[in-house]
Amino acid sequence: MIEGIQLEFFLILGTLVFFIGIYGFLTRKNLITMLMSAELILNAVNINFVAFNKYLYPENLEGQFFALFIIAIAATEVAVAVSIIISLYRRIKSIDVEKVNEMKY
Amino acid sequence: MELIIFYILVAGILISSVLTVTSRRILRAAVYLLFMLLGSAGLFFMLNFYFLAAVQLTVYAGGIIVLIIFSVMLTSQVNEKLEAAGIKKSLFSLIAVAAGTVVCISAILNYNFPAVSSAENDSSMRTIGLQLLSYKENGYALPFEVISILLLASMVGAIIIAKRDVSK
Amino acid sequence: MENFGYTVIVPFLLFISFLLIGLAGGKFKPALSGIAGTFSVLVCTVVSYITAFSYFSGAGLVNDVYQKIIPYNTEWMRFTDKLVINMGILLDPISVMMLVVISTVSLMVHIYSLGYMKGDSGYSRYFSFLSLFTFSMIGLVISTNIFQTYVFWELVGVSSYLLIGHYYQKPSAVSASKKAFVVTRFADLGFLLGILILSNITGTFDYSILTDPNGSALTQGSAISFMGLSVMTWALILVFMGCAGKSAMFPLHIWLPDAMEGPTPVSALIHAATMVVAGVFLVARLFPLYALSAPAALHLVGYVGAFTSLFAAIIACTQTDIKRILAFSTISQIGLMMLALGVSDFGGEKGLGYMASMFHLFNHAMFKALLFLCAGSVIHAVHSNEMNGMGGLRKFMPVTHITFLVACLAIAGIPPFSGFFSKDEILVAAYEKDFLLFIVSMIIAGLTAFYMFRLYFSVFWNKASDYKTAPHESPLNMAVPLMFLAFASLITGFIPFSKFVTADGKGFETHIHWGIALPAVGIALAGIFTAMVIYKKESDLPQRIKASLGSLYSLVYKKFYIDEIYIFITKKIIFNGISTPVAWFDRKVVDNTMNGIAAVTNFVSVKIKSFQSGQLQQYAYVMVSGMIIIILFVLYLWNK
Repeated sequence: MIEGIQLEFFLILGTLVFFIGIYGFLTRKNLITMLMSAELILNAVNINFVAFNKYLYPENLEGQFFALFIIAIAATEVAVAVSIIISLYRRIKSIDVEKVNEMKY
Repeated sequence: MELIIFYILVAGILISSVLTVTSRRILRAAVYLLFMLLGSAGLFFMLNFYFLAAVQLTVYAGGIIVLIIFSVMLTSQVNEKLEAAGIKKSLFSLIAVAAGTVVCISAILNYNFPAVSSAENDSSMRTIGLQLLSYKENGYALPFEVISILLLASMVGAIIIAKRDVSK
Repeated sequence: MENFGYTVIVPFLLFISFLLIGLAGGKFKPALSGIAGTFSVLVCTVVSYITAFSYFSGAGLVNDVYQKIIPYNTEWMRFTDKLVINMGILLDPISVMMLVVISTVSLMVHIYSLGYMKGDSGYSRYFSFLSLFTFSMIGLVISTNIFQTYVFWELVGVSSYLLIGHYYQKPSAVSASKKAFVVTRFADLGFLLGILILSNITGTFDYSILTDPNGSALTQGSAISFMGLSVMTWALILVFMGCAGKSAMFPLHIWLPDAMEGPTPVSALIHAATMVVAGVFLVARLFPLYALSAPAALHLVGYVGAFTSLFAAIIACTQTDIKRILAFSTISQIGLMMLALGVSDFGGEKGLGYMASMFHLFNHAMFKALLFLCAGSVIHAVHSNEMNGMGGLRKFMPVTHITFLVACLAIAGIPPFSGFFSKDEILVAAYEKDFLLFIVSMIIAGLTAFYMFRLYFSVFWNKASDYKTAPHESPLNMAVPLMFLAFASLITGFIPFSKFVTADGKGFETHIHWGIALPAVGIALAGIFTAMVIYKKESDLPQRIKASLGSLYSLVYKKFYIDEIYIFITKKIIFNGISTPVAWFDRKVVDNTMNGIAAVTNFVSVKIKSFQSGQLQQYAYVMVSGMIIIILFVLYLWNK
């Protein structure tokens, strides 16, 4: 707990980072930068979990565990996503998300 | 002093987040993401969650960022500037994001969080490790194993997907 | 009283035989399926004879009245507590008599078919359908309730349809089978309505309750009247409509002459001896209802029968296809049976018409089956149905000639052949009740003798045509049934029928009424003599008569244009007046509605398919917007 800082402050920080990530996810055309935006979103959630753990349930460790698991899942996600991106790049020589529309109607 | 460091970290996080999603050079965006992750690791340090902060540093900053930079190297020209999003697209996204932010923040501010002052748990690596591998009450052995299997599966999957198609 | 439980064998065995030959017939040799079918019918015939013997020799007799015995009855379908349909076996004088008739004729036809159908590609199929027909006909006559009768009635119709269409490569056979099916089906609509009304007012399907002369069923329904007649009368008229369809009464007779497209043994079995008398049988079965509860309906039966009989006899005089002549003769004779029922009363000696009708049915089955089988034999030898192309066959086919002559004498009513006795009873019954019908039946007797001997002289005497191959006598397995049936036609007239089969089960004595019999025989002899003069030797007399009658002849030759009237009504009035507008409605309104729905769906899907653009960020945008809306919604509910 940090003296003089409310829980709400952390939550607002998390919200801001989360929506910045969403903004990036919606506007970026490059798949790798979209992936980075997804990392931002995950990190915002981490911040929230940690803050809840610290301010509301200091006697427990659950918030940290969830953050840990999220980090692990983010790692796997990045690994798979990067391999997909590389495979895609081989196929269409581009990683522009607007050109990846083979699954349309 | 503590407060000043905290505010600096928060400002760093927000600024580098914004730069991550707006920078037109992809490698720089990756580096801004690194800064953002470092900032949040700093926050965890300030909250006395040392183990989590260390994991954040090693896995995120050490692993994921390197992976992303590798893929950037493999797929794009580093000097090439990214195409900016269309004005219409960014405008609509901005509206949606602003609406979402306002809704969430107002919800947070309108909710009365209870003030808790119970004893703080010892979050040393020993306690974390014991509880993570405990199969008794509040033990996390099963999720831990599931995560490890997920890691293995994604590793195999990533290799299979990224492998050059041999049949052709 | 003896238990007749063993009669269950008869329908059961025939059904097994149908299934066996029908399902496995292709597996073994055709001859084997014929023998299997014949054998099962032989067993049934033996069982029927045993049943008949023990029933009539006293086992069915209680206080000098023949009882209705139900050796077997099981619940088939239970819809509600009151609506229950049973299946069972009912033995009474007419059903036992019909058992004997059906199994005898069926056995003869089976034996005959073994030779007649030899080499036919549909040999096994033919025999399986014959088994099906025999099964359903026997099921019909032993029904314990009117609904079981209806079920088997339809089965009989189906097997008739299948057998008429045996030569399904021939378009005329196909259309004939269709015609037979549609016409009888149309009539069965009336039958079904009649059953529904009848069971509604009496609350039962069961014959033993329905036809109990002292029971309550007779008086119910006569109180309610509809258009001047009681409901019971209407129900019985509707039932008679079904009977008229099956028994080819005017104006539903048009299918029977066409049904001759089937193999000739089938015509003998179905369209002469058994199925077409089902209508007569059913009226006889419900006779207490007709006689005691609805005399108006019974009058209708009599007059329709008389008119049909006269009408068909006149047409038969002009036809040249030998099977068609026999077909019209059948219609005429069945009309005579209906007439006999129509002039009958219930009970005692007044029930003479009923007994005469059954007697004539019995005799007619024998000699008409014989006539058809002889005709089949002739067709088999000459390979043609046309009477004009025949002549002088008596030298080539002596057995067929003699047996045919016996049958002709029997149908003409010359003593001592069987037709004489039953026809005499009919004439007596008509004389006692209704003089007009008596005169009509006298005329019919003369006409019958004339057209039958016209056929006889044209085929077996006259000048021999130039046959490409010399006609030959039929093989033994075809000749034996002919001889057996000829023998039956000779002797069945001496059976004291009135002792056995009467309306109320009590036997009585009958005598030959020579005052009526002698004029009748005289008229028949006159008819025979006329036919002999015109047709025995080759002459231009037939042509001259034809020419002098002119348009009247062609009117009769074209069967009074009844078929054309039907065609006119169906094609011009029903098709143009009803079907065309309905078809227009279907095509324009119904189809276009469906097409419109499809077109709207197609249009909408084309419009909205751009949502599925494949653009990841578009999906994400929609998702985020939806998420925000949901959050707002949840918050709104939360704060409420």
